[in-house]
Formats: sequence, structure tokens, C-alpha cells
Amino acid sequence: MKEKQSLVSIHDFTKEDILRIMELAADFEANPDQRLLYGKVVASLFFEPSTRTRLSFESAINRLGARVIGFSDMNNTSVTKGETLHDTIRVISNYCDMIVMRHPVEGAARYASEVSRVPVVNAGDGANQHPSQTLLDLYSILKTQGRLDNINIMMVGDLKYGRTVHSLLEALSHFKAEFTFVSPPELQMPTEYKMQLYERGISYYETADIMERMAMADIIYMTRVQRERFSDIMEYERVKNAYILRNDMLVDTKPNMRILHPLPRVNEIATDVDSNPKAYWFQQTENGVYTRMAIMAYLFGVK
Amino acid sequence: MSEQQENHKKGILEVSAIENGTVIDHIPPTSLFKVIKLLNLDRTTHQVTFGTNLKSKRIGTKAIIKIADKYCADEEISYISLVAPTARLSIIRDFEVAEKRQVEVPTHVEGFVKCANPMCVTNHEPHVKTRFDVFTRGGELVLRCKYCEKITTQEQIEIIR
Ligand SMILES: [Zn+2]
Repeated sequence: MKEKQSLVSIHDFTKEDILRIMELAADFEANPDQRLLYGKVVASLFFEPSTRTRLSFESAINRLGARVIGFSDMNNTSVTKGETLHDTIRVISNYCDMIVMRHPVEGAARYASEVSRVPVVNAGDGANQHPSQTLLDLYSILKTQGRLDNINIMMVGDLKYGRTVHSLLEALSHFKAEFTFVSPPELQMPTEYKMQLYERGISYYETADIMERMAMADIIYMTRVQRERFSDIMEYERVKNAYILRNDMLVDTKPNMRILHPLPRVNEIATDVDSNPKAYWFQQTENGVYTRMAIMAYLFGVK
Repeated sequence: MSEQQENHKKGILEVSAIENGTVIDHIPPTSLFKVIKLLNLDRTTHQVTFGTNLKSKRIGTKAIIKIADKYCADEEISYISLVAPTARLSIIRDFEVAEKRQVEVPTHVEGFVKCANPMCVTNHEPHVKTRFDVFTRGGELVLRCKYCEKITTQEQIEIIR
């Protein structure tokens, strides 16, 4: 891990770091009231709004006994007056012991971690990285499957632009997963990621048919197919219903199978799936709080 | 003088000879101005001559740059390889090729190259030096940005010096 102990990208964590976060998340879940960061101040800097991520982090900070300062969007901050990210971070890092930040510009968190006096946790930098999401996805997989090794995971939807699926793919590559990529042709997994799997000797299967390999899956990871991603709107109209999960499609799935979704969900999972015990996305958000507690406690070196 | 040196001398004499300095030969013509910008030759006080679309047995057509009284630093040489991997460097002393330098690909690049991702922090925030890891992918040289983690291909390389 890096010397200043920031978490900017999932690449900053080794397999051992990831496994330690999993242990700590389980520990916090068993006993959430651990004020290990009592007396600390954490700045929660949301340069673009993301209510769920922000509240999840702030809940984790509060449960750890630290206090929160910050802002939930850029309005009414010096940023709107044209202050550079450099200056904003240099100043705020004098006010706190850790920075949690979300920013629309890719690489903003890495740069902030270089100029900050205190560790930076990336809560999303544009289309690039969102490592706490990846770690909470892993924790959800571990909790529901009892293992991270050799998971058969089916990723569905927008695999081209979806940063959550890219980071999860890279993290699961430590654990010899078997991947099925289900997407319309326009939104296939980029070659770069498939080449990474190939170089690591990890198998993957690509299809446009959501049903083809569903019965083999331990995890179905759903993402949304967004209209604005299509250069050809006719193509969108043709495929939009092919990637919607309905309850009747789940009949032949494995008993241990669980459905994850990074949320927000729009219509890609029909509401009739909600009552299916295989639906897991709401528990996934609870896991997010324990995972974020684990990340911060780990970076502070108190666990 | 060996036959090879003789031929080499003939080749580089297509553009007027220099007494002392550096000759960068076998530059793909499309990369000529990238090399000029990379080495700051548009702002130098050294005497610089160049020719382009010259015949080359190795690469079809080529460009050549001669810089009087300048010897390139290793770092500069390695950066040339990013934009002109076929280039060959000769150090000239007393009108003779005193030394040939291999153009070696660097593993990291700082400054010099613009990140091709318009959403990258290096294209939004002033004074952030670009940083890349260099590696080959499918036989092609690519740069991965340390900030946005996106790829800039060799074709996309734009010099920002
Ligand atoms: Zn970049």
C-alpha cells in the first residue's frame, strides 16, 4: 500500500489488503459501535452530488465516533469562484484528519492524494474509480457465497462504460473468477479488460443473451443500459427490454445465487424481483457502511 | 571509414552537413514536428536544419533533423522513441559520426505528453504534470495515465512542451 495510506484506486490494494478489509467489515458488522476514530475529523467533500454514497460514508464516520465536516455539492463553495482543486485540498487538509471525496473529473482523487496532507479516500472520480463500491461488492459476494475464490459471476448491462463492473472485474481477478459478460453489442466489455483476463489465464464468456448462462451463475451483477450511451437510438429501442431482469427468469437459477446492483435502479430489475430471496441489492447497501468503516479504520491504522 | 559509415554519411548529407552536433535520422515524416516540439527546437538558438519526405530504404520516406552543437540528454532520447520509434541518433564530431545512440523506450513519462482523455484532471487543473506508465499492448506502445488510468495510444500522443 502507499505510504500516505490513501485509497484512490482498487489497484492501490493488494489481495492481502482486500482480505483484511473483508475481515474488518465482518467485525464491524458484528459490532458496529466501535468508536475507534473518536476525536478525529473527516472531511466529506462532494464536488458533485451523490446522496447514497455520501450518507453511507457519513454514517460510517459517525459510527466510528469521528466528526464530519464538508459539503454535498459545489454550489456555495470557493470552487465556484474558480479556486483550483489544488488550493481547495491544500486548505481543507489542514482542517481534518482524512478526506473522503467525490469529483466529476477523472484522476481528481489521485491528484488530491498527492497534494493533501492527510489520506484521501476516493468516493468516485468521474468514470474512473470508486474503490469503496468495489470493496462492498466483494464483501457482499463473500457474505452470500462464503468465499471469494472461483465465483461464477454474470455481469449484465452496460459493460462498456460501467466503472463498477470494470473495478469489480479487476478485483475478482485476484480470486480466479469465471466471468460471463451479457450486454448489447454496442456496450460490450472493452478489449483492454478482456486482454487482462486473458493474460491472467482467467476464462470469460461473452453473450447478448441474458438467459444463456444464468443457471450457472453464483452472482448476477446488474447495471443499467442507458439510452444516452447509444449512438443509434433505434438500436437502443431494439435492445432495451432484453436486459431487464424479471422474477420468472430466475426459476432455474442456483439456490445460492444472489443479485447485486450498484444502484440507483431504474427499470433494469422489475419490482417483482424485490420479494425474491435472491434479491440482495438492499442488503448490499448496508454492507457498504461496514465496508467503509473497515476502509477508514484500516487507513487510519487503528485496526 | 567503413562502407556503412560512408553510406550513412552520404544519406545524411542530403541535408547540409554539420561539423558538431546531433543528427536524428529515420524519423517518420508525420512525426517530424512532434520531435521538433519535443526537443524544443522551435525555440532553440542552435542552428537546426531538417528535411522531410526523403527516401528511406528502411521506412519508405523519412525525415531528418540536424542540430548543430547540441547533444541530447538520455531522457530526451528516450522520449523521441515515443513519437518516432524508428529514429536513429548519430553524434557528429568534426563532420564524422562519432557515436550512434540507440533510441530506447522509457517505462515512465512525465510532462511532455498530453493525456488523451478530455475528462482527465491533467486537462482540467492547471499545473498538474502528466504522468504515464509506458507498456506494449498487442505489439503497440501505449501510455497509461497515472491519474485517470486511461490509455493514450502512440497515435494520440500530443506533445505539450
Ligand atoms: Zn489522464
